[in-house]
Amino acid sequence: MEFSQEQLEAFYRTMYTIRSFEEKINDLFLAGEIPGFVHLYIGEEAVATGVMANLRKTDYITSTHRGHGHTIAKGADLKRMMAEIFGKRTGYCRGKGGSMHIADFSIGMLGANGVVGGGFNLAVGAALAAKLMGTDQVAVCFFGDGASNRGTFHEGLNMAAVWKLPVVFVCENNQYASTTPYRTTTSVENIADRAIGYGIPGVVVDGNDVFAVYEAAQAAVERARSGGGPTLLEAKTYRIKGHFVGDPELYRTRQEVEEHLENDDPLKNFRRQVLAASRLSERELAEIEAQVREEIEEAVDFARKSPFPAPEELFEDLYVESGEAACGK
Amino acid sequence: MREITFAEATMEAMAEEMERDSRVFLMGEDIARQGGIFGQFKGLPQKFGFDRVRDTPISETAIVGAGIGAALAGMRPVVDMHFVDFITVAMDEVVNQMAKIRYMFGGQCKVPMVLRAPDGAARSAAAQHSQSLEAWFVHVPGLKVVIPSNPADAKGLLKAAIRDDNPVLYFENKDLFRMKGPVPDGEFLVPIGKANVVREGRDVTIVSYSITLHKALKAADKLAEEGIEAEVIDLRTIVPLDKETIFASVKKTKHLVIAHEATKNGGVGSEVAAVVAEEMIDYLDGPIKRVGAKFVPIPFSPALEPLMLPQIEDIVAAVKEIC
Ligand SMILES: Cc1ncc(C[n+]2csc(CCOP(=O)(O)OP(=O)(O)O)c2C)c(N)n1
Ligand SMILES: [Mg+2]
Repeated sequence: MEFSQEQLEAFYRTMYTIRSFEEKINDLFLAGEIPGFVHLYIGEEAVATGVMANLRKTDYITSTHRGHGHTIAKGADLKRMMAEIFGKRTGYCRGKGGSMHIADFSIGMLGANGVVGGGFNLAVGAALAAKLMGTDQVAVCFFGDGASNRGTFHEGLNMAAVWKLPVVFVCENNQYASTTPYRTTTSVENIADRAIGYGIPGVVVDGNDVFAVYEAAQAAVERARSGGGPTLLEAKTYRIKGHFVGDPELYRTRQEVEEHLENDDPLKNFRRQVLAASRLSERELAEIEAQVREEIEEAVDFARKSPFPAPEELFEDLYVESGEAACGK
Repeated sequence: MREITFAEATMEAMAEEMERDSRVFLMGEDIARQGGIFGQFKGLPQKFGFDRVRDTPISETAIVGAGIGAALAGMRPVVDMHFVDFITVAMDEVVNQMAKIRYMFGGQCKVPMVLRAPDGAARSAAAQHSQSLEAWFVHVPGLKVVIPSNPADAKGLLKAAIRDDNPVLYFENKDLFRMKGPVPDGEFLVPIGKANVVREGRDVTIVSYSITLHKALKAADKLAEEGIEAEVIDLRTIVPLDKETIFASVKKTKHLVIAHEATKNGGVGSEVAAVVAEEMIDYLDGPIKRVGAKFVPIPFSPALEPLMLPQIEDIVAAVKEIC
């Protein structure tokens, strides 16, 4: 597949933004500036980037506890994301959600989810809405290898398949569910193999190769958009950081992580490929990096300077007060 | 006024709302081809098609979850739980997703969705097909909970629930589906959050709802024969609770009994009693009494089932203990 200069730059910008954003969050968390706990997407950037490059603003996604990458790739505002993670009132959820619950409904990002496997059927429902309304919107559900053992996975895939709904189920197999290697809990070698049980295509792709992800997702999204029904796409990837910031990582060796980092980091893979093919230069890459770092500094600055929610905001946003008058946004 | 059944009243409400708003659709198990176990959906798919009135797989998490997803994407789903007992299978969807999504996301979205759930013990359906579980949802901020006792309220509350922008749980007692009663023609809404004083009296307030309301009314008749005038309140909505109506009545009668079919322990009666005790205790001339099902699963045998359910005599006895 041929990629334009613009596409290549966009891929790198998105992946690098996710990487830097997450590294920044890591530091801020360790410095005690971020409350709660955070799950980082470092190492999995190619998945969100490659999939989302096939989506329109009006398409839907549902995300997970490890949702910053999906949110950034869908086009969210870094300032409002950062402010939310800080618990500030200028954040996406006015400080009510935090890292695990960022959403941006204006770009079809229907929310991260603190419940593993909580997003499957929200995506199915959004796709059902698209079908009932006769639009050509697509819903993409991101989930982990661990989530594929929830009953909601089975129920959601079956429902989407039998109703031929425009959904793409994207499994981010990062090898672990928290401390547990997926092979010790999962009955199949490839989670994509489970697709056969629902009569839909199951596709395995190298989740550390943004080009491969892009192509596989393109086929799945196209199939969904044109009425062909759902696809189960499994991206084999690796979680480079701990399950959460502060994870002592007693379940794997440092060597395993180092080896991966050396040989199969999606950002390094990308650089190697574009540099070898002389498609982007070191200078062009560095330019993107500098811009991104500046944006992230601005986001941190914005979050730091933003006020916390006022006490009277505690009860706000629970119920819609005005009834039907408020319909249709 | 014309008389129709409770089931027909809910059907009218559905049809009118689906006519009025193309975003309203209905899904659940055995609702389209069968027309619902209690016939409460008969004719709707013929009118609106099998897309808008859809039979689902037996997948409660997907049914409720997809309802929420569709609501987030701009639809106004009405989802049928088949039996309230099966809502247990979708508790994550109801409690962690449907109820919290709006708040958690800082008011960016809304979940205009109705979850309909037939409840109550009827004809020896035994422990897993007979419960009344409304109290669980009183405990979860973000939901509204309505529970009609007659055909008119069934229609008016269902229409109001469908038009509400919040997630609403709509509990409908299985034995009420065949009950006939007057229902106004055409557009008729019952506001959510408003209780109804169904019978006035000066000596005791009996707060009730759903099928037990009718037992409370019969108990009031019996008590009247003995010179005790009971005021009977039909809550109709249990979240948000119409404290104003309850308090006004308690102020007058100085005595309070709450009666419902759900288990007495931790039931809605406990909540109403607590609220009145907290805010109105100075007006009370005696203890508050709760009447509800005994603390045991619902038994199958017709010899046992009635023993665990609250009966008219139990309500009469509770009133006499405090009056
Ligand atoms: C229903 C549910 N069970 C357990 C948890 C606790 N938990 C949070 S993340 C996680 C691991 C999830 O693994 P996976 O789906 O592979 O996603 P990953 O963290 O690897 O991205 C667990 C067990 C939860 N949040 N929700
Ligand atoms: Mg995992």
